[in-house]
Amino acid sequence: MLNPEIESMDRMRLQELKLQKLRETVRRCEENVPFYRKRFKESGISWKDINSLPDIQRIPFTIKDDLRSGYPFGFFAVSLREIVRIHASSGTTGEPTIVGYTRNDIEQWSELMARSLSAAGVDDSDIVQVAYGYSMLTGGLGFHYGAERVGASVVPMSVGNTKRQVTMMVDLGTTVLCSTPSYAFFMGEVAKELGFGKKQFKLRVGVFGEEPWSETLRERIERLLGISAFDIYGLSEVMGPGIAAECELRDGLHLFEDSFLPEIVNPLTGEVCSYGEQGELVLTTLNKEGMPLVRYRTGDITTIVDEPCGCGRTHVRMGRIQGRTDDMLIIGGANVFPSQVESVLMDIEGVSPGSFQLVVEKEAGLDVLKVNVEVSERIFSDRMSALEDLQEFIKSEIESSLGIGVKVKLVEPSSLKQSDGRLTRVLDRREF
Amino acid sequence: MVIRQISVFLENKYGRLYDVSKTLGEEGINIMAVSVADGAEYSVLRLLASETDKARDILRNRGFTVKETPVIAVEIEDKPGSLAGVLEPLIDQEMNVDYIYCMFEKKNESAVVVIRVSDAEQALGALKTAGFRCLSADDLSIS
Repeated sequence: MLNPEIESMDRMRLQELKLQKLRETVRRCEENVPFYRKRFKESGISWKDINSLPDIQRIPFTIKDDLRSGYPFGFFAVSLREIVRIHASSGTTGEPTIVGYTRNDIEQWSELMARSLSAAGVDDSDIVQVAYGYSMLTGGLGFHYGAERVGASVVPMSVGNTKRQVTMMVDLGTTVLCSTPSYAFFMGEVAKELGFGKKQFKLRVGVFGEEPWSETLRERIERLLGISAFDIYGLSEVMGPGIAAECELRDGLHLFEDSFLPEIVNPLTGEVCSYGEQGELVLTTLNKEGMPLVRYRTGDITTIVDEPCGCGRTHVRMGRIQGRTDDMLIIGGANVFPSQVESVLMDIEGVSPGSFQLVVEKEAGLDVLKVNVEVSERIFSDRMSALEDLQEFIKSEIESSLGIGVKVKLVEPSSLKQSDGRLTRVLDRREF
Repeated sequence: MVIRQISVFLENKYGRLYDVSKTLGEEGINIMAVSVADGAEYSVLRLLASETDKARDILRNRGFTVKETPVIAVEIEDKPGSLAGVLEPLIDQEMNVDYIYCMFEKKNESAVVVIRVSDAEQALGALKTAGFRCLSADDLSIS
């Protein structure tokens, strides 16, 4: 544990610390961010009214569109003179969101990333290869600073140039790999093609995040690369990676409560859920100076539990991200996330992860879920009967996992991509 | 004597068969034999091309899902009962035929039946023993 005093702090004391910091954050927003000053005034609330943690529920949510309306610097709570770093979030639609960090923010972020890496067992004897993008996005530099903080030797590879990634991994004897899980898997496959395997690698740990992934993919990556794989969570608007991370027990991600106040809310009504209930993660920053956020709706669906963890850390644990609120489908009353379908498909030999698309339509007034599955060369057969069997098998596997009926269609790889090469995971063609 | 057939996965979408044939034509590849198995939503195109490797790579690069399948080609007489005659040695060995299609071979001006079974080598042996002439890729001007 990097910082036992904070990470295993008595929960009563932790709650007091959170309340004190919450008041400071709300005050900072009220005094320095015009958007919040106006919003708080309209809701008739001030930082002086925050006397207990549940009082936060009196404050309205902040959403992505709010941040966009402040583009580029509207949410900064300090003058640009105090900002030492600027990042952008990866907006899939519309304008990106700009995030600014003060020197203290960078310090704090590095500490949290160092805690995350330590929890995965990374220390100063490790060679850490960072294969996240070193760009406006937060992955590359976030991991970089954290790994330097624990004293590891950092290899700033950034993303792409996969053959070179693999060569470096072998030549330098990389012990820790940091990337998105899908890129880690891809690197493993490329390594195999190049004739490298576990024997040539010194890899022992992987810290993977930035996208939802499943236990199945974890097992596959672990087998392919011969490592223990750890999940890490973060989002650029709020800070970057290092908001929550798995410990050695890998039973949920500890969310660093001295820095963030988490809530789980019903994505439709905004009502606060109790521990253990699934809903949308809402975060309030507790330490950030450059761009503090109050009740920011992350759009990520998960659960939070406050049961003690065997590792000794007292901070709450969040489950794997189950999906995005924008991706969640309600089909005939059942909640369906694309990630559920992905995890079923990954168990089927030869189906490549991510090569599917969900289409929802109304047929005779009823919701119908269609799953388009790409026919790769590994599952393609010249026999029609083999293709029909495969189609039927995929259908029954998905149905038993989702508990609803689906239609499965085998499609050509090109059918899943739009003209710009992007894959739209979900097409909801229902008219409400 | 096993011949490499190219199998292509085609969704039942407007113009897909045309896309394949046009692509091969533009690259100077001759389609020596062709057959399509059609389903409700997709089809499997099976073809023998004058240049197998080139045809496979070109289609793959164009984003098609392509696979090579081993098939055998047997010369067949132009008279009643000749197809049954070819199938007999296979039936005797309890071999299932997945599918067949026919083509014309120019050198000897003979009809040829292309057969897909799970074990092409075994089928070749059975047919040769029964006295049939099995054609090589060379015989069919396929490389």
